[in-house]
Amino acid sequence: MDWLAIWLSVKLATIVATILLLIGLPIAYWLTFSAWRWKFLVEAVVALPLVLPPTVLGFYVLVAIGSRSPLGRAWTAWTGHGLAFTFEALVLASILYSLPFAVQPIAASFAQVDGTLLEASSTLGSSRWRTFVRVLLPLSFEGVLAGAVLSFAHTLGEFGVVLMVGGNLPGITRTVSISIYDSVQAFDQAAANQTALLLLAFSFAVLAGVYALRRKSWSVSPL
Amino acid sequence: MSLTASVHKRLSEHFSLDIDMSAMPGITMVFGASGSGKTTLLRCLAGLVKPDSGCITIGAEVLFDSVRSRSVPVQQRHIGYVFQQLALFPHLSAEDNIGYGLAAMSPELRRQRVKAIAESLHITHLLSRLPDAISGGERQRVALARSLVTDPAFLLLDEPLSALDHATRSRIMDDLRAWNVAHRIPILYVTHSHREVFALGERVIVLDGGKITSDGTPHDVMESPAHETLAQLAGFDNFFDGTVTVRRADAGTMQCRLDGSGTEMEVPLSRGAVESPVRVAIRAGDILLATSEPRGLSARNVLPGRLVSLKREGATVIAGVEAGERFLVHVTPGACESLRLGVGDPVWLIIKTHSCRLVSL
Repeated sequence: MDWLAIWLSVKLATIVATILLLIGLPIAYWLTFSAWRWKFLVEAVVALPLVLPPTVLGFYVLVAIGSRSPLGRAWTAWTGHGLAFTFEALVLASILYSLPFAVQPIAASFAQVDGTLLEASSTLGSSRWRTFVRVLLPLSFEGVLAGAVLSFAHTLGEFGVVLMVGGNLPGITRTVSISIYDSVQAFDQAAANQTALLLLAFSFAVLAGVYALRRKSWSVSPL
Repeated sequence: MSLTASVHKRLSEHFSLDIDMSAMPGITMVFGASGSGKTTLLRCLAGLVKPDSGCITIGAEVLFDSVRSRSVPVQQRHIGYVFQQLALFPHLSAEDNIGYGLAAMSPELRRQRVKAIAESLHITHLLSRLPDAISGGERQRVALARSLVTDPAFLLLDEPLSALDHATRSRIMDDLRAWNVAHRIPILYVTHSHREVFALGERVIVLDGGKITSDGTPHDVMESPAHETLAQLAGFDNFFDGTVTVRRADAGTMQCRLDGSGTEMEVPLSRGAVESPVRVAIRAGDILLATSEPRGLSARNVLPGRLVSLKREGATVIAGVEAGERFLVHVTPGACESLRLGVGDPVWLIIKTHSCRLVSL
């Protein structure tokens, strides 16, 4: 069993899900409440990874972080090495690739919160930030949780983008799905089977745990 | 402190709000049909909707002034707003709901204030409950407490009690009045029920099509409605078109002939000249019903007819009477029983001259 790849995947998924939660919340908030007439363009951009082949996304990320791009050059100047085929590049690509999985459930749950409650909060003197923390977030907790879990699970299982952007460096960019692919290519059915089964069990356990947690808290309070 | 507002807001091609009003401390009823602009007016005052132009002040403080492009955001207007759907936070207990607007206070002080307002509104026993576990009337009290506890500069109530029965409603209003004796702030109370206007208001302004059409005491405004829309809202059920036949200026009355039947009726004197058209409005509750021809009455209008329908609605029986025109008459179930009223019976309608109001056409 390729424990190194498993550890790398979990680390990647945790970092990506955390960052996506942090940037997904403001993006979802803006998408839900902005009255900007060109908003639909941003919506389309956020949803692009849902329909784009991972190779296309990976290719553009590769171009964007290459040593000839401004981003690649700035990164090299800052850290002393290139961005392509590093763990950081994987994080960046995964954030883009999983963005809709975080933003869409959060935005959907924001939209179903009764707007009168938000108005009531402001008539009671609350700033937008306090309304967000005290009313909107608790009432859309399910959607936020779903966004975090989905982006975690989606990152854990991604393959094409990783291959394009990260390559296959053990301990750096060889994630669990690539390790399984390697095993299959090398006719090592046993190793592939073990790792695949572990990934399956782990994904199931995370999802089941989240649903169980949600149900438990439901019977106590609507939160 | 009094509230003054002149507000212009265009909502669609066909509807715009054009209001010029002021409200002194005390309860001002804002009365009108749905779609007359009542809620939009409240939302403008609260700062939830920005008027196209106008000026809103409370005491010396300017909340909105389109000329000086000033608009105080809703969070800083120090208002109390009780929404039609109440908008209690479903994830917070009644106590946390009520204390929500006291964020700047220390927890200890907040608890004291919440407890004090809960006592005055008789809801201490349900402070620990979630809104879903509270009955309708008590939920209304929690919503009211949540607004009152912040010591608002003025209070906006958007049909907050319309879903409640009469007794619960008047108990809550008594508590609100008692509270306002001490605080003396302007309270705007939006309603489309004429019963509420009579029961609660010291003053009523009537909105129709986004404009104020009447303004005065409930008695003045509702008893002599200026036009038919208001008359309908004010509980008038019978409307008849007629023509003035005789004017008796010295007696303060005039005679008119109803167009549909030719029935002659005596009505209060108004501006209409002889041969000019009038519209007569009569409350169903202002008409008496007799099963034999009455004699020796002071009432000037006694019309023979026939009972054509009887329908019970709550504590009222609505009788339809064909007397040249179709009249609707309210009687109590007890009267209906002791008179042994039945469809097809001959009846006489008795209508005092001053129960007939003339509304503009």
